[in-house]
Amino acid sequence: MEFEAVIGLEVHAQLLTKSKIFCGCATTFGAPPNTQTCPVCLGLPGVLPVLNRKAVEFALKMALATNCTVAPESVFARKNYFYPDLPKGYQISQYELPLAEHGYLDITVDSHSKRIGITRIHLEEDAGKLIHSPSRPVSFVDFNRTGVPLIEIVSEPDMRTPEEAVEYLKGLRNILLYLEICDGNMEEGSLRCDANISLRRPGSAELGVKTELKNMNSFRFVRQALEYEIRRQRALLSEGREIVQETRLWDAAKGQTFSMRGKEEAHDYRYFPDPDLVPVKVDAEWLESIRRGLPELPAERAARFQTEYGLPTADAEVLTSDKALADYFETCLQDFPQPKKVANWIMSELMREVKKEEAGIDAVQVTPRALARLLALVDRGEISGKIAKSVFDEMAATGKDPEAIIKEKGLVQISDTAALEAQAREIIAAHPKETADYRAGKTKVMGFFVGQLMKKTKGQANPKLANEIFQRLLSE
Amino acid sequence: MALTREEVLHVATLARLSLKPEEIETFTRQLNDILAYVAKLQEVDTEGVPPLAHVIPLSNAFREDEVQPSLDRDESLANAPEREEGAFVVPRVI
Repeated sequence: MEFEAVIGLEVHAQLLTKSKIFCGCATTFGAPPNTQTCPVCLGLPGVLPVLNRKAVEFALKMALATNCTVAPESVFARKNYFYPDLPKGYQISQYELPLAEHGYLDITVDSHSKRIGITRIHLEEDAGKLIHSPSRPVSFVDFNRTGVPLIEIVSEPDMRTPEEAVEYLKGLRNILLYLEICDGNMEEGSLRCDANISLRRPGSAELGVKTELKNMNSFRFVRQALEYEIRRQRALLSEGREIVQETRLWDAAKGQTFSMRGKEEAHDYRYFPDPDLVPVKVDAEWLESIRRGLPELPAERAARFQTEYGLPTADAEVLTSDKALADYFETCLQDFPQPKKVANWIMSELMREVKKEEAGIDAVQVTPRALARLLALVDRGEISGKIAKSVFDEMAATGKDPEAIIKEKGLVQISDTAALEAQAREIIAAHPKETADYRAGKTKVMGFFVGQLMKKTKGQANPKLANEIFQRLLSE
Repeated sequence: MALTREEVLHVATLARLSLKPEEIETFTRQLNDILAYVAKLQEVDTEGVPPLAHVIPLSNAFREDEVQPSLDRDESLANAPEREEGAFVVPRVI
């Protein structure tokens, strides 16, 4: 039976403030357990939360960058539930009056553009971290993360394939990185994604019963979990069975989702306005000053790459879809101002290296300045383009400078006419037939002669010079 | 709008309270009395009055993004019934 998937994402992004959202505790990742806690974030009686202005400003930046309408007045609410990572017994979040609503993000999948609606963006506090003992029936609680500011970005159920979901998530992450308000690290949990997914018959206006997927801490896991869940739901529906509305966790080791039973019984959060916090009012003036402070965003940067550097649209989009890549490109251009050449090298050689590293471009050992020097060496004819590629591989493997590698391996292009001429004469003497052919007008054999010389010099002969020498010698 | 016995049990579950049979009766009656008293507010005409999120006419009470010293860890953990290696220890939840 044919089905169409309907996918919506809830994305949580930790904001890069120095202090927590309602108290002055530091937000540093990886500190020893419970060393960044105070009466406010521990939920001790008699304390008052006070909102971090920067957290609001960061959230407003994201709202504007994703085309949202910012609410003139928004309100914090208590979401009540019991869990050991939540010391107060409620999470401070926003409910009926979120900070921003009705935005969108455009994504491109298989060169088709699609607009994904953003329902809302609201501010809330993060919960603590639980570590479960492997040997005893206990859990260890670390409240360092409690109160770290989060924005939750809720999408419309506009995605139809796992690829669209991943592109949307990548697009959001890229904007967060451009805005420098979140480090986007999915492994460490500073960017987290839950997915709602249901299936329906194509053309049906009604939504099927959905499941909520959690615990997908990489782009790959998001795609795999959604693919698995589509297969699972399709199999059930095809047999005429029903989907149970539930939360399911992705198990990366087993490659499947499994039901997180038990937490379902009471989805009754009894939200109400938090009396400890006053409303947030965002007037036109404040919003305008945030708007003026927005950095160049991916779409604008892609447009500039086309006008300023004359790059084709596809190149501009690939380079700007990852802030680090676009920064790399522009740094490289400072030393080697030939945009198309730099773009080609980044999109072929560099991207190949980036794909090898989980950590992305930061883990690649070739710095943009080193790449610029390598390209300049090719440009000046000191090494051939072919040799440059092997030098690049060596740079990526060892982190050494291009000059050092060329010197070490003796790869400098031979532009010494006398040396090349002597070898060219030997080649002509050893190939009387090809020589005769050339002299009879079959100038195509020129490629053969140059190739022989390249072979003899292990690719180090200056090809332009080799051509000239053979032309001269063969016309003698 | 009287609360039923089932609703009282649901609220008790949400609050992690286990009630004795006679308590269910008592709390059902008491909660209903309280709701009936508060229901008087429904008599006020609120036509055209926007919902109020806070009783004090204030907004935008902010602090700047500055790190303040946290509690000493021993102090943070002082009331923990059990602790280990700097963490609170609780019964396993998964």
